[in-house]
Amino acid sequence: MNLINEWAFIGVFLAVAWVLPVLPLVVSWVFRPRKPNALKLATYESGVETVGDTWVQFKVQYYIYGLVFLIFDVELIFLFPWALAYNQLDFFAFGAGLLFIFLLADALIYAWRKNALEWT
Amino acid sequence: MEQCINVIETLAPCLVASGTDPGLAQFISILLGVLLVTIFPLGGVIIFIWIERKIAARVQDRVGPNRVGPYGLFQNVADALKLITKEDITPAAADRLIYNFAPIVATLSVIMIWAVIPFSPVHIGVDLSIGVLYFVAIGSIGTLAFMMAGWASNNKYALLGAFRVVAQLVSYEIPMVLALLVPVLIAGTLSMQEMVQAQLGMWFVVMMPLSALIFYISNLAETGRAPFDLLEAESELVAGYNIEYSGMKFGLFMASEFIHAFTANALFVVIFMGGWAGPGVEQFPALGFVYFLGKTMLIYIPSLILRATVPRVRIDQMMNFNWKFLVPLSIINVLVMAFLFKVAQVLSLTPPPGLETDFIANLPLTAVLLAGNIVMIIGVLTVLRNTGRRERLEAEARRADDVRAPAPTMGR
Repeated sequence: MNLINEWAFIGVFLAVAWVLPVLPLVVSWVFRPRKPNALKLATYESGVETVGDTWVQFKVQYYIYGLVFLIFDVELIFLFPWALAYNQLDFFAFGAGLLFIFLLADALIYAWRKNALEWT
Repeated sequence: MEQCINVIETLAPCLVASGTDPGLAQFISILLGVLLVTIFPLGGVIIFIWIERKIAARVQDRVGPNRVGPYGLFQNVADALKLITKEDITPAAADRLIYNFAPIVATLSVIMIWAVIPFSPVHIGVDLSIGVLYFVAIGSIGTLAFMMAGWASNNKYALLGAFRVVAQLVSYEIPMVLALLVPVLIAGTLSMQEMVQAQLGMWFVVMMPLSALIFYISNLAETGRAPFDLLEAESELVAGYNIEYSGMKFGLFMASEFIHAFTANALFVVIFMGGWAGPGVEQFPALGFVYFLGKTMLIYIPSLILRATVPRVRIDQMMNFNWKFLVPLSIINVLVMAFLFKVAQVLSLTPPPGLETDFIANLPLTAVLLAGNIVMIIGVLTVLRNTGRRERLEAEARRADDVRAPAPTMGR
């Protein structure tokens, strides 16, 4: 299969993957009973009543983990081409990779020292 | 089975010959292939859930489902019918659009992975040249679905669950991808089919057990399983991100979780355990299905037993385990493996061209890499033991101080 065909396959796959979960929902929409009332539609129905707004600003720690993740994820993408061509490269490639991964490790050590990895 | 694939490949020319538009003929043959691939996870989920329930039941000294059909095999069909006929409640305060999209996106993200999983030498949805990157990318769409569900439900438990999911899934993606770098490094390919072919001589799990272990653990966390099921910790969050869902939408979340658990193990088999590789598979490609499923079951069932056995970790423990243990370890692992592989190449210990699939020719390289892995594992265990001992001694010293000089209490 050529390149166009490969991605056409993924495109059709995406469309089918949308349809497949929608199908049982449609069937359920046909057969299910509909008897809504105000109490039933309450948030956390028949549980403790919600106090205050739900969409609040939350613990900052999640955001810091998100930032650390972003640094690593972007750097990892750059490592894949290196790994892919690695077995055709000479010893210099190992040095280059070593330098790059050291920068990655440095970021981790910095975040660690700054207590960004402490769950408080 | 090979004829079956040939039918799909020759279908387009056949249709063109009988007067169909070439574009349409191409589309029909692609659609047929897609449907064949998607049947597998969707049909399989009935069996996956049945296996999981039976094994969890056995671990907990129960019998498990045994009334509907032989050995309770059709219990899940009955459950699906029940979910379909249940009333679907959308809380009045929810964000309707995102709320309704979330279960669809969750299912979509796990089904899409099956497009690149090779079942046998000739049976694969599509052998993308960037297959490994593809499944990592598609897998992270699932995170989005959980966040959508938790945020749109407008429920505090759901939101808390969603935050945890994002923190956990996002964190454990780093060691997972770092562990994936090592097989890519050795095989020199991102295509799933070539990844399997690179293991015809020797499985990567033998060459790099440490990478395999890191990948397995991160996969458990990525699928929200076993000790890492914080996203739906019943005792703290009631049910987590899916608490407001009912009927078939809840069913879709559950189905996607079960499919994902199996998919993660299938990926492990493809990347580390040689996928469809096995004796006789060259002559009878259909045998690949048997080997592939057999190997997947071989590691899927232990992961289910693990799930039914181990207690849940705390969120700070989970985060520390990832960032302070798995991530540094996988960085060191990549460096050591890259170094050893380059040294093996310079000393020409790698299998000579033409002999890549030969077992004997792979032995020197395997020996070098395995030795490096064993040294690393011993080092890690030593560090862990020393850290644990130091922490225990500190805790004991603190306790001894407390006993000698009891803290002043309110009564005195």
